[in-house]
Amino acid sequence: MPKNKLNQVTNTVDQDNLAPVEKDDILIVKNVKKYFPLGSNWFKKTTSFVKAVDDVSFTIKRGNTLGVVGESGCGKTTLGRTILRLHSITDGSIEYDGNDIRTISKREMTKLRPKIQIIFQDPYSSLSPRMTIGEIIGEAVREHKLVPLTEHRDYILDVMKSCGLPPYYYSRYPHEFSGGQRQRICIARALALKPDLIVCDEPVSALDVSIQAQIINLLVDLQKKFGLTYIFISHDLSVVEYISTEIMVMYLGSVVEQGTKEQIFRKTMHPYSKALLSAVPVPDPDVKKNRIILTGDIPSPANPPKGCKFHTRCSECMEICKSVVPKLKEYEKGHFVACHLYPQD
Amino acid sequence: MKLFDNLQKKIDKKKSIQKHYISKEQIKQTAKENSRIIKELEKQNNRKNVPEEEYLTKMRDSNNVVEFDDLHAYFFTDAGIVKAVDGVSFDIPKKSIVGVVGESGCGKSVTSLALMKLMQKPQGQIFSGEIRYNAKDGKAYNISKVPREDMNKIRGKEMSMIFQEPMTSLNPVFRIGDQLDEILFLHFPGITPEEAKEKSITMLKTVGMAMPESVYSRYPHELSGGMRQRVMIAMALSCDPNLIIADEPTTALDVTIQAQILDLLRSIKNDINGSIMLITHDLGVIAEMADYVVVMYAGRIIEKGTAREIYKNPQHPYTVGLQKSIPALNLNDEKLYTIPGTVPNPINMPNYCYFRDRCNKRFGKCDGEYPATIQISPTHSVACYLAEEIAAELAKSKDGEKNAKK
Repeated sequence: MPKNKLNQVTNTVDQDNLAPVEKDDILIVKNVKKYFPLGSNWFKKTTSFVKAVDDVSFTIKRGNTLGVVGESGCGKTTLGRTILRLHSITDGSIEYDGNDIRTISKREMTKLRPKIQIIFQDPYSSLSPRMTIGEIIGEAVREHKLVPLTEHRDYILDVMKSCGLPPYYYSRYPHEFSGGQRQRICIARALALKPDLIVCDEPVSALDVSIQAQIINLLVDLQKKFGLTYIFISHDLSVVEYISTEIMVMYLGSVVEQGTKEQIFRKTMHPYSKALLSAVPVPDPDVKKNRIILTGDIPSPANPPKGCKFHTRCSECMEICKSVVPKLKEYEKGHFVACHLYPQD
Repeated sequence: MKLFDNLQKKIDKKKSIQKHYISKEQIKQTAKENSRIIKELEKQNNRKNVPEEEYLTKMRDSNNVVEFDDLHAYFFTDAGIVKAVDGVSFDIPKKSIVGVVGESGCGKSVTSLALMKLMQKPQGQIFSGEIRYNAKDGKAYNISKVPREDMNKIRGKEMSMIFQEPMTSLNPVFRIGDQLDEILFLHFPGITPEEAKEKSITMLKTVGMAMPESVYSRYPHELSGGMRQRVMIAMALSCDPNLIIADEPTTALDVTIQAQILDLLRSIKNDINGSIMLITHDLGVIAEMADYVVVMYAGRIIEKGTAREIYKNPQHPYTVGLQKSIPALNLNDEKLYTIPGTVPNPINMPNYCYFRDRCNKRFGKCDGEYPATIQISPTHSVACYLAEEIAAELAKSKDGEKNAKK
């Protein structure tokens, strides 16, 4: 895992103080919004929305890993899918290597697809049961004409080898494999297209601990080998800490804290991040932690609370939190927090 | 000559295929044999008016709620017998939390289902062994011999279960209140609907549900995952059980909700004065909750002891590997430790130690039989040849102490 301390998430919230686009930035996400329509009035005009992703901005440098953490329903998966344009984007821009993913045509997007790949959460439902492993991995390679057909088989076997899959799996079917092996197949499928950016949508949460470690090591090794960039979506903080260089904590569609791994884990500022960290069970019976237990559930994203979205569950809620939305503000280089506990001006 | 060679090759290929696949005749044979065994076991199970003497036993230690004694729970499939639980014995003491850890497919859930007699019938059967249960009225039942009718009285009232997925374990077409009341009607036949409703609402209150009256008349789909799990816990508590079996109660939940539920379980244990059998694959959860830990692998217990012993002084290479492979917070190792390979095929288990092929500490002795369990301390035992030396040393030092005292 590259431990470059210079790697930082550049903020792009404030449109006026935009940092100049660096060559190294592989993905620039600016004020992205994704609203799903809910109800409509008489004239078939949509009146209410689920604001799944609400004004999210970040930048990733090539070769880094951005960890996205949050409870279920916080919009982290939607964000991942929006980056791939599997959902249409409501507002904002996503710039990949100079191409705005929101505005480019479908044909150009198809050309771009091999460069951005995704690994899905559930390895049981994301592999077609009627195709052999070779077909699954090779389908997209053939579609995008990455290698000549004569070398097709050798290429696939090569990819399989780098993911730790023996060559005789080539003509087998997915049902013959365990969860860990299936996840390897999913990784091989993404890797076969020689991508630059891989969105990993909870790739290890369906796996056992010992298998989970194998898959994480594989992901880290591949990153070193091919210089990949990951967006690692997970609710497991210990995994995110291990794999990420930068971390973004989301709550109900918006970012509450963003920074490098050190900043998030050692100098935690937002009460929600603090609660999340303290909720992780530690595998040591002697450690008795002073746990912050959040009361209640995550509110419905269709009807989020006014003011700070977190104020209904926050232990340090003040009057101002109930009416004014806190701004995402930089308190240290690269460390952004949206909370009224810290001076907002 | 060439023709002959080709023919020979074809025959070899056929033979090699036959090695890995089961022929139709074989399947027929095993199915026949299986159905014979299953019929016999089911006959025992479905008898009516069985005298109590047949299934009453004595507890080895009256301070235990449950004693598993060499339990064998098998699944009779057409491909062969799957020994899901193969000789498991451990105790659940009163007022304690016993954690059962292991990878998926190691038999931890089947152990709990065998205790509740809820194994998938007819292929899933308790083949042999005893499960002794210490009931509230002082009687000790041998669960493996209790016929079905009598089991219905124990199940739900004496011991109850919290299932893994709160989404699928609640019935979507009935209101929460109806589902909670049903248990009370079953186990307390004289209860009036008003009383049942009152009890259900107090139960919802004890599990920390906000607005229990409104939840009472709602449908499961209107609740979130954490709330559904709370309803499940309320349901499990409604008859004051002696023992609660929690089968991965927090796996489907978020970290923050998990913390809430674990906190609730802990406070419940103090309230009801009972024990909890906590099944999970999350070593962090076990460390926080359990007093005793049982580590299972491929249907057998490989290590058991108090939580402190298992976490501070793990002996079996599998336990050590499991702990090392967690990307724990505040750890800056370059690479995660991994246990190579996967769990062996549950049909036709090898003769030697099941973990041998994945073990990084295997030596000559490991090719021998499956290792016997070795006691390291009064509470700590391991099934591994590596522990023999430690045990021998301990015995020596004990002898030394005795001699010194003399």
